[in-house]
Amino acid sequence: MTATVGRQAQAAARASEVWKVYGSGEAQVIALRGVSCEFEQSRFTAIMGPSGSGKSTLMHCLAGLDSVTRGTVSIGETTVTGLGDAGLTKLRREQVGFIFQQFNLLPTLTAKENILLPLSIAGRKPDQAWFDTVIETVGLRDRLDHRPAQLSGGQQQRVACARALVSRPQVIFADEPTGNLDSRAGAEVLKFLRNSVREHGQTIVMVTHDPTAAAYADRVVFLADGQIVSELIEPTAETVLDTMKKLDTQVEVGD
Amino acid sequence: MFRATLKSLLARKLRLILSGLAVVLGVMFVSGAFVLTDTLGRSFDAVFADAYEGVDVNVSAKPRMEVGDFEGDAVAMPVPAETVERIRNVAGVADATGIVAADGARLIGSNGKVVTSFGPPQIGANWVGTSDLVQLREGREPQADDEILVNAGLAKAGRVAVGDRVGVLTLEPKQEFTIVGVFGYSGGRDSLGGVNEVMFTTPVAQQLMLGQGDAFTNVTVSAAAGVANDRLRDDIAAVLGADFEVKTGAELSADSAATLKEGLSFFNRILLGFAAVALLVGTFLILNTFSIIVAQRTRELALMRAVGAGRRQIIGSVVLEAVAVGLLASVLGLGAGVGIGALLAYLFGNLSGGLDLAGIAVPPAAVIGAFGVGLIITVVAALLPALRASRIPPIAAMQDVAMPDRPLTKVTVTGAAVTSTGATLLFLGLGGHAGDNTLITILGGVLFAFIGVALLTPMISRPVVGLLGGLFSWWMPGKLGRLNSGRNPRRTAITAAALMVGIALVTGVTVILDSAKSSISGLAEDKIKAELVISGAQTGSRPPTFDPAVLEKTAALPGVALVGGAYGDLAQVGDERTWVGANSDVSTLTQIFGARATAGDISRLGPDQMLVSSDVATSRGLSVGSTVPVQLARAEAKTYTVSGIYEAGDFLDPVTLPATAAQGFTIPQPMMGFIQLTPGAQAADVLPRVETLLADSPEVSVADRKAFIEQQTEPLDGLLRMIQILLLLAIVIAVLGIINTLALSVLERTRELGLLRAVGLGRAQTMGMITVEAVVISVFGALLGIAVGAGLGAAVVEALHDEGITDLVFPWADMGTMVGLGALVGVLAAVIPAVRAARIDVLGAIAHD
Ligand SMILES: Nc1ncnc2c1ncn2[C@@H]1O[C@H](COP(=O)(O)OP(=O)(O)OP(=O)(O)O)[C@@H](O)[C@H]1O
Ligand SMILES: [Mg+2]
Repeated sequence: MTATVGRQAQAAARASEVWKVYGSGEAQVIALRGVSCEFEQSRFTAIMGPSGSGKSTLMHCLAGLDSVTRGTVSIGETTVTGLGDAGLTKLRREQVGFIFQQFNLLPTLTAKENILLPLSIAGRKPDQAWFDTVIETVGLRDRLDHRPAQLSGGQQQRVACARALVSRPQVIFADEPTGNLDSRAGAEVLKFLRNSVREHGQTIVMVTHDPTAAAYADRVVFLADGQIVSELIEPTAETVLDTMKKLDTQVEVGD
Repeated sequence: MFRATLKSLLARKLRLILSGLAVVLGVMFVSGAFVLTDTLGRSFDAVFADAYEGVDVNVSAKPRMEVGDFEGDAVAMPVPAETVERIRNVAGVADATGIVAADGARLIGSNGKVVTSFGPPQIGANWVGTSDLVQLREGREPQADDEILVNAGLAKAGRVAVGDRVGVLTLEPKQEFTIVGVFGYSGGRDSLGGVNEVMFTTPVAQQLMLGQGDAFTNVTVSAAAGVANDRLRDDIAAVLGADFEVKTGAELSADSAATLKEGLSFFNRILLGFAAVALLVGTFLILNTFSIIVAQRTRELALMRAVGAGRRQIIGSVVLEAVAVGLLASVLGLGAGVGIGALLAYLFGNLSGGLDLAGIAVPPAAVIGAFGVGLIITVVAALLPALRASRIPPIAAMQDVAMPDRPLTKVTVTGAAVTSTGATLLFLGLGGHAGDNTLITILGGVLFAFIGVALLTPMISRPVVGLLGGLFSWWMPGKLGRLNSGRNPRRTAITAAALMVGIALVTGVTVILDSAKSSISGLAEDKIKAELVISGAQTGSRPPTFDPAVLEKTAALPGVALVGGAYGDLAQVGDERTWVGANSDVSTLTQIFGARATAGDISRLGPDQMLVSSDVATSRGLSVGSTVPVQLARAEAKTYTVSGIYEAGDFLDPVTLPATAAQGFTIPQPMMGFIQLTPGAQAADVLPRVETLLADSPEVSVADRKAFIEQQTEPLDGLLRMIQILLLLAIVIAVLGIINTLALSVLERTRELGLLRAVGLGRAQTMGMITVEAVVISVFGALLGIAVGAGLGAAVVEALHDEGITDLVFPWADMGTMVGLGALVGVLAAVIPAVRAARIDVLGAIAHD
């Protein structure tokens, strides 16, 4: 297929021959079976696949939130596999940003404080111009002093995006960031993510179930049963849907 | 329902253990107190039963005065020697022995210091031969006037042996004796309940211990074969008449034990007081735990309601949980209490010089107290949360009820009402308006004040916690910790309130004692115009005394203007028991204590004259020329004429008798000496000379006025330390509360912790965040406690103004220490929860539902 397109020198994140096995014996589950994959800089990659195919597992392994059973993971120049807690903390501070499906914000802090949280934790000063740009793009200027409870779900996710962006990480990992939002709020968040890639060269890896969401990405990687089975460059909602249908039938045939 | 309750109980082990621990500690104190007093009581019984084992009937003379509780022992009238003969002639008497045995024989040990007993008497007695009880271990009987025997315990304590030449202080100043023998008691015991005994020949014992020859303290009688003890008792009583007390040995031993047990019940009450404090703090803790449990189980409980559980069933399930915790805590507390009681009894036995302990037993009072207190406290504390649980609507099962921030108005209004009730009670109690119920009223006031302030705490916590946390806001984890501590004002408040109680009590007691100390030293500096003072620290049952001859010798020293030796005793003056004093030189009154005459002449005092203070004169209607009969401990009743009245004041006795009367006091030796120097004489020059004169009076020393004042206030320092140590327990329990609250917070905020870790919070930072949360809560509690304690202390000091506590002193340094202690407590309490938080698995926390 077209898998060679992404093979460039500067990969922001890379998995090589990654296996992830949960449990042992009877209860053993193989979530990833030798996944190799690269995520180029300044690109927006979506990971898709049926439920239970290992999307979240792959993302957690890439981000250093979970350890791999076999294989290696690296982010930028850093080899994540084998890092201790201090190394992982440093990685999270400097190289990685997260957007989760929900519960992204601390209820005690205002939107602004939440956005600046990673920097404050790391003891770094925000770059004022960059902060302003981020706030401008997320369109939250008049909401900065609100607490999460006073924001809508879509606004909360935008705050989460701004937080992930503000420290300019090597990669932002997003696990179904629009999963809890209606289509309009979801579209806003996705547009914003795409803009940050196009205009500011941010690298984003996003797990999603939704073909429309995947269409915002530059590239879609398809997982099934713990393996990469397909890939799409410059996807549209239709091509994504088609690929997924094909995968579904393949799985059925395989069964 | 029952099974469901038990299951949820097991699921919350840690939490319940922590809050249960508070009850365990409280119950431990309650049952420990009962076990201790029971054990010591039975041990005393055994000692006296032994001591009077061979005595069938005992005869003593009625004391000249009846004495009440806490007034010391009555000095029995000596029994004239001829009485022994009269008793021997009573039919049924096999033998009668005259015994001399009185407290106050103080042996000077090989280190030149008086051997003290720390409580038990130091008996001086006549040697009447060995018996079933008394066994000669070494040496022989005393024959010459300067020969004595000592019991083995005393020989060990003083490091003296047969053949040593030692000094003994008695009613007379120091005299030298040779130890010719050492004796012990049946069963290989060195001492009976820690009592020290010196045995003289009978004439010497009579002279030194009774102050007169041909007399005894009591006569022990053995019955002829076949004669019943109580029969013999009545026969002897009939012969001797009403001036004598005749008792069987069994009666005597029961009576003697009863006196000591009275002292024990006082001890018991103190321990129970501390138990009450521990339980009060524990109540806060349990209340908090159950509130949190209910809050966390909101969904579960709502679901139960949705599927048809009634309100009663919900209340029942929470209360059942409380009963289970209370029962378990009571059992553990009882076990620990038996252990602590046994340990304390052992320590007490050792300290008092070898009291042989009766076996440890668990008296019914300990069991009833343990279960009653443990169960009631737990259930009462769980009631409020249970009620709240029953009000959860079934719809809550469907909603995501995060943390309903109920308004604080109601709790604040209630708090204000309870606090003012407490203040009113305190006002009534301290102001002396509560009549016989003063103590109860004051204690109730303190309790209400604590509960009221605890209810007000959520309101106060907002600004104070914000302010305190501001100190940490420069540091991100610090800021997060501070924000977390302000998240649930009720929880923070109760946790802090638990710490408040302990700190408030310590602060209050310190304010009172420091004020007392300052007032006393201030007064002493103002009122005592003596450059040097002879005095000693009291370690046993008797105040230290010295040889009166020192007074005259000191007066003759160059540079000395005036020497006043002070004697004192309780005496029957008219129909009331009153403290009477006597001065070796009557001009001490005016010259050293600055007494001012309001009537008559107070600068001289004839042998039949007395001076009284204006208070006594007013209350008894005395004026110059009035006559008053006075009964002293060791003298015949005598009538004195009032020759002068002085203005009542500090350091002035209510009644002053002539120096000659001091011979009739229980202790006919001066307890203090005040030395005024001539102008220009240096205290430093005179002091060593007086020291030389005091060589044979090792119980006292001479010091300049400053050192003397310090000596006088020293016992207060000791008392303060003791109270502080006991109240530390309350603080320890509060620490458990903080650990509990934090552990729960960590649990509740697992997902947040995961998020924070995901965005780069390091382990150390996580621990820092939890620690700051803890420190903010604990310092808040400490500040609150200091404020409440200072208020309570100031109120008491104010109330004691007329008793001579005129200064109000706030112990700033101690208060600072307590804030520091509060911070330390927070840091310590945070350790376990912080480690737990830092160990949280990031991924698991994020996936946590
Ligand atoms: N902690 C775990 N222990 C055991 N098995 C696990 C664990 N986490 C995931 N799995 C298993 O690994 C497989 C992949 O899970 P993963 O969460 O990566 O799927 P997913 O593609 O993200 O699915 P979804 O679209 O439903 O989120 C699944 O079969 C899942 O049951
Ligand atoms: Mg998933």
